[in-house]
Amino acid sequence: MIHVQELTCGYGAVRVLEGVTFHVAPGEMLGVLGPNGSGKTTLLHVLAGVIQPEGGRVRVAGQDLRATSARWRARRMASVPQKSVVTFPFRTLSVVLMGRYPYLSRWGGYTLEDLDAAVEAMEQTGTLPLADRLISEVSGGEAQRVVIARALAQAPEILLLDEATSSLDVARKIQVFDLLRRKNREDGTTVICAMHDLNLAALYCDRLVFLKEGGIALDGATDELFTSEHLSTIYETPVMVSRHPATGGPQAHFVPGRHVGASVRSPGDGDRDGKHTGC
Amino acid sequence: MPPDSPSRECVRRAEMRANTRFAVILSLLGAAVIASAFAACMFGRMDVPGRDVIRALLSGFGWTGGAGVNEVQRLVVFDIRLSRIVLSMLVGLNLAVAGAVFQGILRNPLADPFTIGVSTGAAFGASLALFLGMGARSLLGVGLLPAAALGGAMAALFAVITLGRIEGHLRRDTMILAGIVVATFLSALISLLKSLDEDSVASIVFWVMGSFQGRGWSHAVFALPYSLAGLAMIWMHARELDILAVGELQAMQVGVDLERVRLILMIGASLLTAAAVSVSGVIGFVGLIVPHLVRMTIGAEHRRLLPLAGLLGAVVLLWSDVLARILLPGGEELPVGVVTALLGGPFFCGLLKRHKRGTGL
Repeated sequence: MIHVQELTCGYGAVRVLEGVTFHVAPGEMLGVLGPNGSGKTTLLHVLAGVIQPEGGRVRVAGQDLRATSARWRARRMASVPQKSVVTFPFRTLSVVLMGRYPYLSRWGGYTLEDLDAAVEAMEQTGTLPLADRLISEVSGGEAQRVVIARALAQAPEILLLDEATSSLDVARKIQVFDLLRRKNREDGTTVICAMHDLNLAALYCDRLVFLKEGGIALDGATDELFTSEHLSTIYETPVMVSRHPATGGPQAHFVPGRHVGASVRSPGDGDRDGKHTGC
Repeated sequence: MPPDSPSRECVRRAEMRANTRFAVILSLLGAAVIASAFAACMFGRMDVPGRDVIRALLSGFGWTGGAGVNEVQRLVVFDIRLSRIVLSMLVGLNLAVAGAVFQGILRNPLADPFTIGVSTGAAFGASLALFLGMGARSLLGVGLLPAAALGGAMAALFAVITLGRIEGHLRRDTMILAGIVVATFLSALISLLKSLDEDSVASIVFWVMGSFQGRGWSHAVFALPYSLAGLAMIWMHARELDILAVGELQAMQVGVDLERVRLILMIGASLLTAAAVSVSGVIGFVGLIVPHLVRMTIGAEHRRLLPLAGLLGAVVLLWSDVLARILLPGGEELPVGVVTALLGGPFFCGLLKRHKRGTGL
């Protein structure tokens, strides 16, 4: 589904990704993890085709990404940003309908089919009761679920989520990830999510890719990689791993007061959100 | 899911309700435009009774039946007043629609046709033509000034796009900065022209303040093709404008060809601005407040916002011009830009206050 070969990318003189190679098979649920500034957001932007790599090749569904149109990409891939602040008073339904844009004909408007897709996506994210409200007036968490609904309305083969649930409360997080898992298991949607929440990643992702300093540090099945040694090395802080009492999967625990004094990297990758200046 | 989640049918009905609301406001505004156009024909220095106004208008439109029409009245009502009314409405429509587009592209509800320097470019073009003594020359029957203004506007747009580009990408914040730089620079040049040539100060000031004095059908005819082209370019990309107003990155992610669409929208809005400024000078506040007001009423969806903003802009500028014509007792005219600023300033403060209280934009 996705083939990334020797990918190099940066902003101006700053290299963010260097020699990244990995493949994603159809129907995978993949977590991209790593400290701030490790290049997670940039990687997702490159995959979505909104920034151009300096070097290397990215192929999606057999096509070189550079040879594809924005419309082609938007029919196959939908992105959810970390947060989106909408200043203008659009109704939330209008925002979700924007996800149907890649399916519009030049002269036609949104059809009943588009409306149905939008309503279904809003039902799934629990935002249908907000359909008539203004996106500028709902809460941040509600707006984020509206944006997730927009991504679902795109009916994508691949969902790219960049810290998409970090502004949601615990119950909403679980709700969204349950939904993502259902999309993944039942519809075969490939899900790639950049995350900071290690335990959420361990609960839902089958495979993890750890980025560090612009390269892939580790790549493999969650059960194999999610160990105390790996996590402590990657995040430069002591991490203990135990079994989840209900699922039996691994869960991380942090130890207060024992940070090993690694330098704090800046800027954080969240800071790169507004930039799409390319390489 | 909450159990009281409304059904699809409900959402469809809400969508229909919104459409009905839009249709009602659209027809009300449409009626207001037509009624205003006729009503405004009554105002002016010469006293023409209502019946004679109608008769003069009918005769102007080529209806020759009925009693003999007073030629003077026909000239005043049809050739002088109506032409000016139509022109002021066209300019108001242009400015309001252009303002809505710039606000959407720049994702800034405080943007207007002046933010990115296009109208200052137009004023500079006109000032330069006046300075070079070409004010009296004629091109297509309207003098060289409108053409010079149009050229200045497009040159300013080009400068802003060139300056705003960083590493080949146009960014919202750099675009606003570039616009401010271009506008400030051109304002300075206009002041320079004024101080170099005492004779043209009056006409340059006239341009900078904006006025419809002495403008007529030929100016409307000059501005019309550019306005129509701009409106068509914008209307064809109104849906994309919605998506751009949410965010550039997200626009690309839902499949909008960002660079192309944004350029078309900017050229369209600049054509509208240039056409307006080239025949009337710089008229402020209409492009800022009217889209704002409509957005507060009907929401930000541009396929509804743009037509309503256009019609409201037409009505607002028409009546501002009537005020400019009749406000001073001695028969002197105010520049209409003064009227819109006098009305718009306090009004805008009111809007800001409301906004601060958290009613949204």
